[in-house]
Amino acid sequence: MTFINYASREINCKIVYYGPGLCGKTTNIQWIYEQANPDKRGKLVSLATETDRTLFFDFLPLDMGTVKGFKVRFHLYTVPGQVFYDASRKLILRGCDGLIFVADSQKARMEANIESIANLATNLKENGFDIRSIPYVLQLNKRDMPSAATVAEMERLLRFRGEPMIEAVANKGTGVIETLKASARQILMELQRA
Amino acid sequence: MAKLDLMLFEEEYKLLQEIIGRLEKDASAKVVFLVDKNGQQIAAAGDVKSIDATSLASLTAGNVAATDGLAKLIGEKEFSLLFHEGEKDNLHISIVGKRGILVVIFDQNSSLALVRLRVKKASKELQEIFDQVEQRAQKESDAGSRFESPFSEITDEDIDRLFGD
Repeated sequence: MTFINYASREINCKIVYYGPGLCGKTTNIQWIYEQANPDKRGKLVSLATETDRTLFFDFLPLDMGTVKGFKVRFHLYTVPGQVFYDASRKLILRGCDGLIFVADSQKARMEANIESIANLATNLKENGFDIRSIPYVLQLNKRDMPSAATVAEMERLLRFRGEPMIEAVANKGTGVIETLKASARQILMELQRA
Repeated sequence: MAKLDLMLFEEEYKLLQEIIGRLEKDASAKVVFLVDKNGQQIAAAGDVKSIDATSLASLTAGNVAATDGLAKLIGEKEFSLLFHEGEKDNLHISIVGKRGILVVIFDQNSSLALVRLRVKKASKELQEIFDQVEQRAQKESDAGSRFESPFSEITDEDIDRLFGD
């Protein structure tokens, strides 16, 4: 749910990074945090366990500049990927404007990717969204892993609506900004249609 | 998506701001925030600069969402009030209508009883404004013709510029 404040001329959009455990959701927003101009970024809030696994969510507010005289601010969230945190995942999807699905390219994680997309569809539905129409970007992360599946294979298994598909190595920053940009483009274009 | 968007215009924003400004004084609070349930800050009053408002809004919404989940688990509709007591400062969180969260931060200069009393009155007033906002949005959506959106002419170049390309 985009929040448009005509009084302060601000527009806030919520983008959620979704995907199976250890696929690199937090790594994506950590990279963005490290690269962003300190004046443009807020604090990176991480609600994580002692072993740095996301417990509830990570949160990063980003000031993007202005469009048509409105300050554009993105609120980036990640969900906890581990299967048993499903109740928390559902809560974080509330009011989201766009989804980025971070898929783990390792062959052994392909089932986990598929399950996570199915779980996303269910949780979106419970929040009143449709996975086939909400702004959605697919990121193929960990492309540098020796056990990575081919892009064609991943596309066949995971891409289902012609969504933008971006190859990434999040811990090196490859594809991270491109992914965010693809999501931003979809969300702002959606506003245009609204 | 458009139907769900929250749009605040100058006059509504001023009214909301006025109410929470009054609440901050009447409750002898340090800071008062009005946040939406998705974690966006709507308005604030008091010593706002002393706090990271964006993180506060997001964490409050997360807290309320988690408590909401707990309520449903035990068969309650919601817990409409959360109170966190600290050594110096206390946090009073309450739900306003369907989409608002009111956060009051106060110290020994006030009391829980006073805050509760003032919050009750302010919540009612805030609720009326939220209802107006919703009715307006509904009317526009029913009429099928919304006012001219400033975003109707966003171009690819506008988006590239946001990313410094």
